[in-house]
Amino acid sequence: MRGEVLHGWVVPGRPHPLLAADQSPAWAALRDAFAEARARIAASGADLLVLYSTQWLSVIGHQVQADPEPEWVHVDEEWHALGSIPYKLRVDAEFAAAWVAAARERGLHTRPVAYRGFPIDTGTLVASKLLNPDNALPICVVSCNMYADRAETLVLGKATRDAVQATGRRAVAVAVTALSNRLFTTPIDPAADRISSLKDDEWNRKILEFLGEGRLEDVAQLARTFTREANADQKFKAIWWLAALLGQHNGYEGDVLAYQPIWGTGAALAQLRPSPGETAALEFDEDDVEVFHGDRNVLDTEPVDEEPSTPPHAEAPGAVDTGTAPRPVGPYPHARREGDLLFLSGMGPRQPGTDTIPGGPIRDETGAPRDYDVAAQTRACIENIARVLEASGASLQDVVDVGVFLVDMDRDFATFNEVYTEYFSAIRPTRTTVAVSALPTPIAVELKVVARVPR
Amino acid sequence: MSGPGRIVAGVLAPHPPHLVYAENPPQNEPRAECGWETLRWGYERLRSSLSDRDYDVIVVHSPHWKTVVGHHVLGVPHFDSLSVDPIFPNLFRYHYDLDVDVDLAEAIAAEGAADGLVTQVMRNPAFRVDYGTIVCCHMVNPAWDKPIVSISSNRAYHYFSNEVGDAEMLALGRATRRAVEASGRRAVLLASNSLSHRHFVTEPQLPEDMSHEHIHHHGQYLWDMRMIEHMRAGRTAQILAEMPDFIDQAVSEAKEGSLVWLLGALGVPEYPATLHGYGTVIGTGNAIVEWDPRRAEGT
Repeated sequence: MRGEVLHGWVVPGRPHPLLAADQSPAWAALRDAFAEARARIAASGADLLVLYSTQWLSVIGHQVQADPEPEWVHVDEEWHALGSIPYKLRVDAEFAAAWVAAARERGLHTRPVAYRGFPIDTGTLVASKLLNPDNALPICVVSCNMYADRAETLVLGKATRDAVQATGRRAVAVAVTALSNRLFTTPIDPAADRISSLKDDEWNRKILEFLGEGRLEDVAQLARTFTREANADQKFKAIWWLAALLGQHNGYEGDVLAYQPIWGTGAALAQLRPSPGETAALEFDEDDVEVFHGDRNVLDTEPVDEEPSTPPHAEAPGAVDTGTAPRPVGPYPHARREGDLLFLSGMGPRQPGTDTIPGGPIRDETGAPRDYDVAAQTRACIENIARVLEASGASLQDVVDVGVFLVDMDRDFATFNEVYTEYFSAIRPTRTTVAVSALPTPIAVELKVVARVPR
Repeated sequence: MSGPGRIVAGVLAPHPPHLVYAENPPQNEPRAECGWETLRWGYERLRSSLSDRDYDVIVVHSPHWKTVVGHHVLGVPHFDSLSVDPIFPNLFRYHYDLDVDVDLAEAIAAEGAADGLVTQVMRNPAFRVDYGTIVCCHMVNPAWDKPIVSISSNRAYHYFSNEVGDAEMLALGRATRRAVEASGRRAVLLASNSLSHRHFVTEPQLPEDMSHEHIHHHGQYLWDMRMIEHMRAGRTAQILAEMPDFIDQAVSEAKEGSLVWLLGALGVPEYPATLHGYGTVIGTGNAIVEWDPRRAEGT
């Protein structure tokens, strides 16, 4: 079953509603709003909470929490006097793996983290404790890269959606972020907490007015201005992630459950539900981005695979990796030689270097099916295979077996077979063709090949 | 303790966890085969230099304990836990076991408060000591046989301006010096920040592959060398004059306040500092620099 994002939330991440709600009417109101949000999520039929937390900062790309049961006692570095947060979370590690793969597929440097004692950030814990206190739902969370700007964060949101769809999850998206983010720098009376300035307050209210009207894309377009004017939390990039994940439009049902100060910052809970009856009002003033091509890969190396049990590609005997084929999206080489036989990893149509898909992806930005050219995709698969074979000292003439995976056998088999015949009718390798429910990226066809290496 | 307290050394002591990773101490879980030797040799020279004097406590100002509501100090006598670097968990998972000089920590907080600064003493025993503190203390004193005081990095630079941040940190440095002198302790002060601080955002398959290590861009290197030459020539007042531009143009980690705090504690020294080492870590510039107050006294 194809997964979907049921609805999205903006929630604050500071610990006051969790640890000190009784000290301030504002913090108590936020705690109550979390309770309402918790009830709505429980009633939604969701099977996953997927989080982006501005308090989990990363430098080396993005990190995805992949420890199935992280457990520790957390103490916030600023708010340690409020008490400790003991936790044992339930993380959807299978989804984490899919998320990392989807992000890499879109050009993002991404790695899973699964280390005992890894410091889970306060924002993730506050959201998890208040929205999902009994671990009724598994969660998964991604870090906020401190250097990432709009393009990288949009692509991350789209990769999140790819992973939700590919895994069949029914997810609720949670952007853990403050609005204006100017804290008072001296002790305050919690009962008299307020937004740190009238200007910040006015900006917060404008943002919430838009969110209340379901105008998520308009808020995303305003993120840079909001950051300049009100020191938004981490450039307000969480809203870019959420907008890209939910589909980048203004056609939502918005509901602001609460807006209160936390030590001078703006803290709000707002829900965004898909609303098919409304008309989106797109007004892009910047390019949309599908694949990240930024300057992240400064060292000109492949991303590191952090799974401790997975050795680097180069250490695998007989492994073949070539820059002329599309970058692998997981811990595997392009091919591996065993004796005279060469086993190629499954090969799709993605183009080396650009990751574009000839013939177009099989679904659009919102996840809806779109027309595509399976002939072009098939031809691209075979050309990719030829490049890997060439890098291994072989050619298509040496192929002895082909496995074919089609996502729509009825629609595509005949066209696929015509292109296949062009290349293989004289070579005549054995072949098996199966239909599959989905492939990791929005492609229609993938081929798996075994070849004999010429002596 | 006997006699008046004093600062026996002030050190710019950066904290990249890569240095601990490459050294392979027993406390760290990940293992490396080499890496960042020029900086590790620099710490070796620093340890050798410090071996000619006795001291009672290490006081460290760490950029990786970030606070907004004032300057915080550790106020629990003993910590024993696991530090996992949130940025480089693949390199640094370190089992620490350390003592805190709570009396001195409280005295620093009190002196700062008396000078108009907001200060807090951190009393929660479940608190995890930040990896910046742990890395530079390990590199300076791997035996961990001295108690420490750790001071948080206040965000005054980020909230107001580099100039306001400098003023705040100079005041905290002076407060630290007064507290040390009143305590009777002989203290080594560590300012745990890098110089230029623009990182690479990818890392090679093998993190310690030195064929990939270099400064992020030439402008950073020029700034780093300029600052180091000021230090070597005893021109720390000039460092303070240029600090706002250095922070902005080299994305310097001095924006976390450690170096200015140190210069404030040392009284903006005019005697030459000793450079023990310089190197880059994932593109950032790091120098190990020692100020020995005996040089001011001509001894």
